[in-house]
Amino acid sequence: MTTTVATAATPRKRQAATDRAVAENRLGLKLVAPAVVVMLVVTAWPMIQALYLSLYRYRLTTPNDRAFVGLRNYGTILTDSLFWHDTFNTVVIMVVSVAVELVVGFIFAMVMHRVIFARGIIRTSILIPYGIITVVSAFAWQFAFSLNNGFVNSWFAWLPGIQTGADATNWFGHHWPAMFAIIVSEIWKTTPFMSLLLLAGLSQVSEDMIEASQVDGATWWQRLWKVILPNMRAAIMVAVLFRALDAFRIFDNIYVMTRGAQNTESSSFLTYRQVIEQFQLGLGSALSVLLFLTVLLLAFGIVKLFRVDLARARGEA
Amino acid sequence: MARRTRKALFGTGVGFVVIMVWCLLPVAWILSLSFKSQAETNSGSPQFLPKSWTLQNYRDILHNSDFLYALRNSFGIAIIATLLSVIFATLAAYAIARLDFKGKRLVLSLALAIAMFPVVSLISPLFDMWRTFHLFNTWPGLIIPYMTFTLPLAIWTLSAFFREIPWEMEQAAQVDGATPWQAFRKVIVPLAAPGVFTAAILTFFFAWNEFALAISLTSTTAARTVPAQMSFFVGSDPFNPPYGQLATASVIVTIPIVIIVLLFQRKIVAGLTSGAVKG
Repeated sequence: MTTTVATAATPRKRQAATDRAVAENRLGLKLVAPAVVVMLVVTAWPMIQALYLSLYRYRLTTPNDRAFVGLRNYGTILTDSLFWHDTFNTVVIMVVSVAVELVVGFIFAMVMHRVIFARGIIRTSILIPYGIITVVSAFAWQFAFSLNNGFVNSWFAWLPGIQTGADATNWFGHHWPAMFAIIVSEIWKTTPFMSLLLLAGLSQVSEDMIEASQVDGATWWQRLWKVILPNMRAAIMVAVLFRALDAFRIFDNIYVMTRGAQNTESSSFLTYRQVIEQFQLGLGSALSVLLFLTVLLLAFGIVKLFRVDLARARGEA
Repeated sequence: MARRTRKALFGTGVGFVVIMVWCLLPVAWILSLSFKSQAETNSGSPQFLPKSWTLQNYRDILHNSDFLYALRNSFGIAIIATLLSVIFATLAAYAIARLDFKGKRLVLSLALAIAMFPVVSLISPLFDMWRTFHLFNTWPGLIIPYMTFTLPLAIWTLSAFFREIPWEMEQAAQVDGATPWQAFRKVIVPLAAPGVFTAAILTFFFAWNEFALAISLTSTTAARTVPAQMSFFVGSDPFNPPYGQLATASVIVTIPIVIIVLLFQRKIVAGLTSGAVKG
């Protein structure tokens, strides 16, 4: 098949060149084949399996009760307020953490860009939150916010609403404080990644252009908004896309810090709980399919909305 | 002019301190907790540093066989997944960076789609399939998905590195009579080794960190990794988690990360940002 296509595509080239092209095409396909097969077998195939299971009433605890129910699982989920509440939580976590990370990450990138001393130290430090496992970050912050053993209450007691001692602030006792703690852990761990992507974008903005605008009398603020940010648009968009999709999948932090208590469940956590704790394979599969579709829609939306040209951004013209 | 420079320098200095505190404070906190005794955390110890320093937590955890098994599983699974992922990604990235073949864009789109894939949505089908194939609660049961989810990152990092390689050398080898395969193996692999190494580090980080699949597809210490095992650390009192033990486990599982970061920070940064922002 490849032979005919390649020959047809290059009819005028010499026979030798065509043979080479064919061989190259064949080698290329052979080299990507293992990776492609692995990726498809572990994602596409299970997704098809999930699609199939989602049409069944299937609970592992009552395997004989398995029956085809059509789209009823989806109906059950989409009319359940828990699903919408968890989706709302997930969106809140995603929007807040990405927004904060973008600002803090940009400030960090500016500092790293300007710093002329101790570059190795700063790079090492910033990679530590990046490399630390999420479960450890979650435990660290859970303990920091802990009622009896955390330093947050005693350090920030001067802020209104935070108390120590007998009626100390119980961060995991209410919805929003618990969400706050979860978001703090998420932001702490992933800001370094964001700042490194932004730093790479920042270093591509030409210094000449910044200096020229400075000579023309642009203020610091104008230089930032009119020169620096527009010129690192590609880097910002890639960073936002990757982090937004990553934040939408939040699971580890919630599992460790609250286990979904105080209504802090995310979409991922809900799916996990249905499958692993409730053994609801049918319903869980339907949730998996919905989660997958949501992420797909989100990715599509961000790419369209911000016109991210990923191929170009990654240098794949 | 001079005043502005001094002000900028001051701002950068403040920023430097903020970054250091941001990055290292939680690490210092976990480290400090790991030296607090069980008695101290049980009675409530909101101060940052321990009242009296103890090594008991480290002694306990190094005699905790469940934790040691988990550590073994984590190392084994992460290293094998990294090796396999990097081998497959190297082959694919070479083809993408270097060869002309049909479906290149398709491969890249597939990799992109998988990088964005919600891992949790695989829990339900994999849980079902792995039980059928007897992969549930085994090393391969985790190695296979880890390999898959690290392939996209590895392929991108590597194809970005590969584009920077002086390919004339490969052509020179081919002129001298080497086949494309020989040119790949003898000339390019040694040149590409630093890139491959970087991809391996990023892959290892992912596998070391992964949690959702690790708790869903395992049931005993036969395959449970450290992050999963840590979520099963429960003391006698459910309202008083074993802070010291958890902090100590956190410190131990972070040590390999710190060592890798200290040795290879430059490579990791290059790998994370390679090809990500070429506009």
